[in-house]
Amino acid sequence: MADAPVDISALRRMLLLPEAGGVCSFEGRVRQTNEGRAISGIDYSAFGPLALTEGQVILMDAKQHFAIRHATATHRTGYLPVGETAVWIGVSAAHRDAAFNACRYITDEIRQHVPVWKNEHYANGVTGWVPCHTL
Amino acid sequence: MLNIELQYFAQLQDEAGRAHEIRQTQALTATALYDELRNAYGFALEPACMRVAINAAFAPWEQSLAEGDHVACIPPATGG
Repeated sequence: MADAPVDISALRRMLLLPEAGGVCSFEGRVRQTNEGRAISGIDYSAFGPLALTEGQVILMDAKQHFAIRHATATHRTGYLPVGETAVWIGVSAAHRDAAFNACRYITDEIRQHVPVWKNEHYANGVTGWVPCHTL
Repeated sequence: MLNIELQYFAQLQDEAGRAHEIRQTQALTATALYDELRNAYGFALEPACMRVAINAAFAPWEQSLAEGDHVACIPPATGG
């Protein structure tokens, strides 16, 4: 969890292991619209200690379920304008299938289980909490 | 009576008008405590769509509360 921009290149370097032939990453950014409404930015809040614990569990699960060498993830908190990176997930593996699949798995699990909440700031000045992804 | 430290997030924080409080309660479980809080603050979220964290770890809603516990009701995650 980070309350300021993260050096993604440093995270990526951690994945560049000699035995890793594939590196896959996902970058989630603040989009300019949601559900047809113009967005100026999103304020991300989190339950920090639990978010870290859950994130570590997800990364450990991914390492157990997929043939990967390393995985890392970071999620921003605070107000992010359109275009800012909110979440970054990176995976390295010997082969591409495991890297792609684990990256998708970690991304989906973070969205569903890590206690982070989006408060969208609309262009008209109104704000609103995003309803759940899944129930 | 138990003294419980409560932390509110997202829409629950808006509805309660606060992020933290220490509350005296006769509730014995997280379920009973959330019922009490719904009466106090009019929370719209149903417990069925949330999880509860006791002392910063997910716990069953029926877990017994103890003096000084930190309780946070966790609205559905929307990060990523």
